[in-house]
Amino acid sequence: MTRPIDIDAVWRTESRRVLATLIRLLRDFDRAEEALNDAFLAAAEQWPRDGMPANPRAWLVSAGRFKAIDRLRRKARFDVVAAELALEEEAQMPPEAESIADDQLRLIFVCCHPEVPADARIAMTLRETCGLMTEEIAAAFLAKPTAIAQRIVRAKTRIRELQLPYEVPEPEQLSERLDAVLRTIYLIFNEGYAASHGDTLLRADLAAEAIRLGRLLVALLPDPDSEVEGLLSLMLLQHSRRDARTDAAGDLVLIADQDRRLWDRAEIAEGVTLVNRLMARPELTAYGIEAAIAAQHAIAAAPEATNWAEIVRLYDLLLRADASPIVMLNRAVAIAMRDGPEVGLSEMEAIRERGALSAFRYLHAARADLLRQLGRTEEARAAYVAALELTHQAAERRFIEGRLAELSAPSTPRP
Amino acid sequence: MLYICLVHFDDKEVFSRLSDAEKRELDIASTGYDRELERSGNLVRAQALQGPESAVLVRVRDGKISTTDGPFLETKEQLGGFILIEARDLNDAIRIAGGIPLAQHGTIEVRPIHRVPQYDGAA
Repeated sequence: MTRPIDIDAVWRTESRRVLATLIRLLRDFDRAEEALNDAFLAAAEQWPRDGMPANPRAWLVSAGRFKAIDRLRRKARFDVVAAELALEEEAQMPPEAESIADDQLRLIFVCCHPEVPADARIAMTLRETCGLMTEEIAAAFLAKPTAIAQRIVRAKTRIRELQLPYEVPEPEQLSERLDAVLRTIYLIFNEGYAASHGDTLLRADLAAEAIRLGRLLVALLPDPDSEVEGLLSLMLLQHSRRDARTDAAGDLVLIADQDRRLWDRAEIAEGVTLVNRLMARPELTAYGIEAAIAAQHAIAAAPEATNWAEIVRLYDLLLRADASPIVMLNRAVAIAMRDGPEVGLSEMEAIRERGALSAFRYLHAARADLLRQLGRTEEARAAYVAALELTHQAAERRFIEGRLAELSAPSTPRP
Repeated sequence: MLYICLVHFDDKEVFSRLSDAEKRELDIASTGYDRELERSGNLVRAQALQGPESAVLVRVRDGKISTTDGPFLETKEQLGGFILIEARDLNDAIRIAGGIPLAQHGTIEVRPIHRVPQYDGAA
């Protein structure tokens, strides 16, 4: 009579949305988490017997709310505060359906609130909106579970003490608040994509979670937002290359040497469509321009077909939005591709003279590469050594060590 | 995931500070919380312990057993009970530990359960 019910599958698809709504209704993370557990426990008991409700999410929200009131009532026997809360809860109106979608947005905004310490925003977002376990987050960031757990506890205490509002910011604050959200999502993505240390197991999941969050924002925000769409397309286009970025031994493969057949065509198509939509708008955003640069690489059938002139033009645009030394370095690399290593190197020396990136391994590695192409072997070696000293990620170290070995073997010139 | 919540508190200090009515309330709240955890599916086992003066310490060295009176350490807070729980993750376990009534008087030590590797050939 009833189909077998897979509660775990319902947990995977619904638990974060139900939690997001319960936090709004109960105005407390811990009581919401408790109520969420209670609701799923009730579902596991009742659904196999009575069948799956027509609207599982609404059922879970309402079960969670009633369970929370029950708990407060039982506790009210020896707790005055609980007694008051129970009365308050019962007086509350049941959730309106249209606000449930907004609850996920509210949850993201509160997890990434500027008042929440920056290092806790990532952990909060991954645990509360993506449903990762504390131990999984710790493994992904090579941190101790106790450290991540305490970060989360402190963040929740801060949210409670400051009574941070559980709301989607008003239009006049939206851009600033969104900025903190997007930065958090991009940090999650980069940790998964370009792990700064250690090995890569589990980290691909972080990149996928970041893309999922980006999609969620695009779907939920009331008005299309160029920064959000720009970040999503940037992540999609970078992620499309994930299978080609390392070889079977786990060593890094540069974009020019990658097997382009391994690039994910569906992600490229989605990313390029978003980029085209963004470039047609009057205002360009930093993430959007970066995505447009990534799109130029993605649509080139072969490395020689890359439109470096267009990429340099986009970097010039990007410099106006974000005049950081890192953007200048990437622009110098593109200029080297367009006009040759000598021109690129003089751009790079200008950045180096300003001293801003002396501790940045990619500056030394990029410079070493141009020096090598110009046959200035000794200078190239010194620059590779400087890069190696700043590099802790295993695959990147092997890459630089490989280049150093090539420099020592005189008969292996590279193109 | 299994976690143990080890409840440490200074029983002499707590019990001398609380009135009989307050002690009774604490007991009701503690057993009430155990029942809540049972209801929510989190409880594996909860147990209070007799005072540290009831402890005997046992050691075997060179095949010889020796015993001394407890407690082992002269700290003020002693192990007074434990709650073994099933929780989703460490933060879920911390939330549950924070609800233990004695957390307001002592300290709850939350530790993940370590699974001892099983070796082939063991009986």
